[in-house]
Amino acid sequence: MNNIEIKNVSKKYEGFLLDKISFNVPAGTVVGLIGENGAGKTTTIKAILNIIKSDSTVKIFNKDIHQDEKKIKQDIGVVLDDSFLSDYLTPKQIKSVMKEIYSTWDEEKYNQLIKQFNLPENKLIKDYSSGMKMKLKIATAISHNPKLLILDEPTSGLDPIVRSEILDIFRKYIEEDETRSILLSTHITTDLEHISDYIVFIDKGKIIMNAQTDKLLEDYGILKCSKEEFSKIKEDDYVSYKKGKYQYKVLIHDKNNFKKKYNMTTIDKPSIEDIMLFYIKGER
Amino acid sequence: MNIIITNSSGLPIFEQIENSIKQAIFSNELKEGDMLPSVRSLANELKISFLTVKRAYDELEKSGFIKTIQGKGSYVAPKNLDLIKEEKLKEIQSYIEKIYEISKLSNIPKEEVNELFKMIFEEEL
Repeated sequence: MNNIEIKNVSKKYEGFLLDKISFNVPAGTVVGLIGENGAGKTTTIKAILNIIKSDSTVKIFNKDIHQDEKKIKQDIGVVLDDSFLSDYLTPKQIKSVMKEIYSTWDEEKYNQLIKQFNLPENKLIKDYSSGMKMKLKIATAISHNPKLLILDEPTSGLDPIVRSEILDIFRKYIEEDETRSILLSTHITTDLEHISDYIVFIDKGKIIMNAQTDKLLEDYGILKCSKEEFSKIKEDDYVSYKKGKYQYKVLIHDKNNFKKKYNMTTIDKPSIEDIMLFYIKGER
Repeated sequence: MNIIITNSSGLPIFEQIENSIKQAIFSNELKEGDMLPSVRSLANELKISFLTVKRAYDELEKSGFIKTIQGKGSYVAPKNLDLIKEEKLKEIQSYIEKIYEISKLSNIPKEEVNELFKMIFEEEL
């Protein structure tokens, strides 16, 4: 079962093309969307939510977003970068607004989250810190018990402690009901190593990788070698390389196979960030 | 049960989990019929993807250490002595391979290694 299925999502802006993006978000999983600023992450999310019109098939809970938008959106919780809670409201007032919007609004859950996050109930949002604002946005997004959470950069600009608290909320959210899913975009890739099951990597409007997080971290490796050694490696056996004065760093995508084929063993475990950097900045 | 996951060991994370659980079974810390933590809760606890834990459980099931009942959970399977022996033999083999490697690298002849073997085994008698 897929909670989101998108096929060939394309969108053209001046100087930017989102080019046939297709991927799925299976039930019970967390999918992380990564890429540079301007790569197309937010555009993809907005296309999924039908906030921008695109030529595409977008299915959420097996229904077409272009046809059943209202019904589908009752079951989604969304946090966008520029999503808006008026500065002149308090969490208490937000509660009375949301109650009217979502038929499934769970007041008890909201109160409990506000308490758990230590958010003062009667303080105006304009006086909140950015971490508090994000926690409030997330609390607001999950208090109608949605089946799907879609978040654009939920952890950017936050300190490590708040970030880890937020990731814990996400984990708990999925654990409560394993038919739920989360789609989140981020450029803090270390967060993804701890939470995402799949990673979709978008670069310049195209998907360049869609893989299981643990496989990615397991199969990829960074080889350190000399110039002479590097010249022996076949082009199919590496992704890209970085030339240094004293050593070559080479990203390889199947380190076990590589070890069998070549007699080079200085291979480090990469982080998702390393992999991303090699894809974008490495030479080919 | 302790499950210790490290980035510095070259082993993939699913294998580290697999080994920790095997160890707990060998040491009798986990006994036949004991229930293992659910895939999801273990993943959340270790802060890794549930797919990684699932892979570890799948491997354990394949090699007969645990049994999974759909909708109920995973249990420690009845101990199979042959299985344990095979596991231990594998372990020994990997050490012998290491010995072989070292002796090759340092040009120590087979006979001398054999001598050492004899010495250690006979000491025991």
